[in-house]
Amino acid sequence: MIQSALSGDLPRSRILSFLLLAIFVALAFAPFLFSGSQPINTAAKICIFIVLVASYDLLLGYTGIVSFAHTMFFGIGGYGVGLALYGWGPTWTSAGLGLAIALVVGAVLAFVIGLLSLRVRAIFYAMITLAVASAFAILAGQLSEYTGGEDGRSFRVPPLLRPATVLFDVPFLGVRVDGRILSYYLVFFSALLLLLAALRIVNSPFGRVLQAIRENDFRAEALGYNVVYYRTVANCLAAGMAVLAGAMSAIWVRYTGPDTTLSFAIMLDILLMVVIGGMGTLYGAVIGAALFILAQNYLQKLMAIASEATASLPLIPHLLHPDRWLLWLGVLFILSVYFFPSGIVGKLREMERGR
Amino acid sequence: MATTSSPATTDLPRTPRDLLPVFIAPIIALVALPLVGSPTTWVTLTIAALAMGSMIFVIASGLTLIFGLMDVLNFGHGAFIAIGAYMAMTVLVPLSGWVQSDALSLNLAALLLAVIAAMIGTGALGWAFERVIVRPVYGQHLKQILITMGGLIVAEQLIHVVWGGDQKPMPLPNGLRGAITVGDFALEKFRLLAVAVGLTVFIVMQLVLNRTKVGLLIRAGVENREMVEALGYRIRQLFVGVFIAGSALAGLGGTLWALYRETLTAAIGGDIMVLVFIVIIIGGLGSVGGCFLGAILVALMANYTGYLAPKIAVASNILLMVAILMWRPQGLYPVARR
Repeated sequence: MIQSALSGDLPRSRILSFLLLAIFVALAFAPFLFSGSQPINTAAKICIFIVLVASYDLLLGYTGIVSFAHTMFFGIGGYGVGLALYGWGPTWTSAGLGLAIALVVGAVLAFVIGLLSLRVRAIFYAMITLAVASAFAILAGQLSEYTGGEDGRSFRVPPLLRPATVLFDVPFLGVRVDGRILSYYLVFFSALLLLLAALRIVNSPFGRVLQAIRENDFRAEALGYNVVYYRTVANCLAAGMAVLAGAMSAIWVRYTGPDTTLSFAIMLDILLMVVIGGMGTLYGAVIGAALFILAQNYLQKLMAIASEATASLPLIPHLLHPDRWLLWLGVLFILSVYFFPSGIVGKLREMERGR
Repeated sequence: MATTSSPATTDLPRTPRDLLPVFIAPIIALVALPLVGSPTTWVTLTIAALAMGSMIFVIASGLTLIFGLMDVLNFGHGAFIAIGAYMAMTVLVPLSGWVQSDALSLNLAALLLAVIAAMIGTGALGWAFERVIVRPVYGQHLKQILITMGGLIVAEQLIHVVWGGDQKPMPLPNGLRGAITVGDFALEKFRLLAVAVGLTVFIVMQLVLNRTKVGLLIRAGVENREMVEALGYRIRQLFVGVFIAGSALAGLGGTLWALYRETLTAAIGGDIMVLVFIVIIIGGLGSVGGCFLGAILVALMANYTGYLAPKIAVASNILLMVAILMWRPQGLYPVARR
């Protein structure tokens, strides 16, 4: 059963299996394992980013396309659901309608950008997506009468998902099951489903063609595959998945704004997660997202301690300042592109094979 | 055959001059005139656009040359802009007496020192960047994009470490403040200076590329790298030289750009890099002339729409890029055929 749920793409490393299982268990029972709002926020963020990073991996790792517009689609999802809930009232219908519109807009935009630039080389696509995405972000900030501008929009979610809603009178496993926990599980199961769907896609014949294109597009073309078609479909699929991740994020944080969904910083985060986790395997997305977000939340605290401990030395406390955590992840990113381009997952699999 | 009888000394047929794209800029400017309405505003906007275009060109020219010659697109170029600006600021702060003095010569001397410091600093940094970051990944586009992006992240964070993260003022020298009035038109002095610098860089670059041996080798390398190597030239050293020069130009551009905005943050490079990418795509990767034209077009578009419909100013440049790519999918003057 596991074999078919994972589409025959097993972790192929004992340590990796253990890590994945640990992440799965921690995320599945997060509301019951940890108390307080920060751990559950972290868990939800990990779920959302797993989907986002997995969809990006579909492009970067499997098809070999470098796109910098992924946050744009993430934002389209967030704004689609968020603005619908804001404008049409907090009902499931408006959320669904907003999501549908966002999916269509995202797919059409991905299609148009793809048509314009996927026939040329990787670098062209990277630059064009960078330009389009930044223009989109600025536009979202400017058109404040529709989008709420730089402040974004806070909105109410459907009644069932509100914290005030209590489902059962008796606490379950010592925890009061409220709308917040329900929305966590909505996010969690959506993420699980989307990840399994992505595994299905990459292990299908279609996914093999994508990998063939990544390895050698000329040869794939010579074998009779329409490379532009496959790239465009992969682009639209990844965009759609990013839109869904954006929608999940909107439902969870009940807010949508340019900084949380569209900023270039998030794009860099996604890039770091994919590369550090491992390009070309979806498990890399899981490991990368979990590791990165944990680092974001907890490495900073560690660095604060280290920074204080070295306060008497020159420069070093500045390097260890908690705000500089991205510096160290950037260094890790460069090192991993050089020395283990297949990321943590690739390294673990290599170790298993070497044994 | 008839052709053999012609003397062998006749020149090769000249490559036809392709002047069509050059006319886009005046067309845009003329279309904007009735839309803007007042001629004085139009002149101000156009001068501002030319100044902005010059600065973008200075930054973009290095990037496009690096790409054309080495097939490397340096996404970390934005970091050189910021670091150049910070270095210039570091020089200008102790020289604040000169900067605030009323004598134009002292102002310019301070500025010159700052620019030299910025260019030497970013040039040296470019050398290190090429060695450490770029050299191991020549020929691998995917890794290049990723690794130069990583370099950008690290460089930006290091700016925070060295200079701190808060916004810094970048005062314009006294003598360059204000405007010269010619009739009804007010021409801001700093903008004129930026235009002059941009034009100088363009002309010097054209002269170096077209009139010197190094330029000949660079152009030949852009066209066909293997052949230049086969003729016995060490193209590696040429690469490094162009990378250093391109980085130094980013430092110069960054200094001008920071003075133009009169403030400075670590993210200053990121803001303008988007325009720079649009410019080199429009111009055709690897082409200096196309880059100059593209910079002027983008700046004209940005300034006119910024005045007419500020909310969609950014989108207008995307539309310009889309329109040009539909006309010429490789950019206005494609050079690098890879």
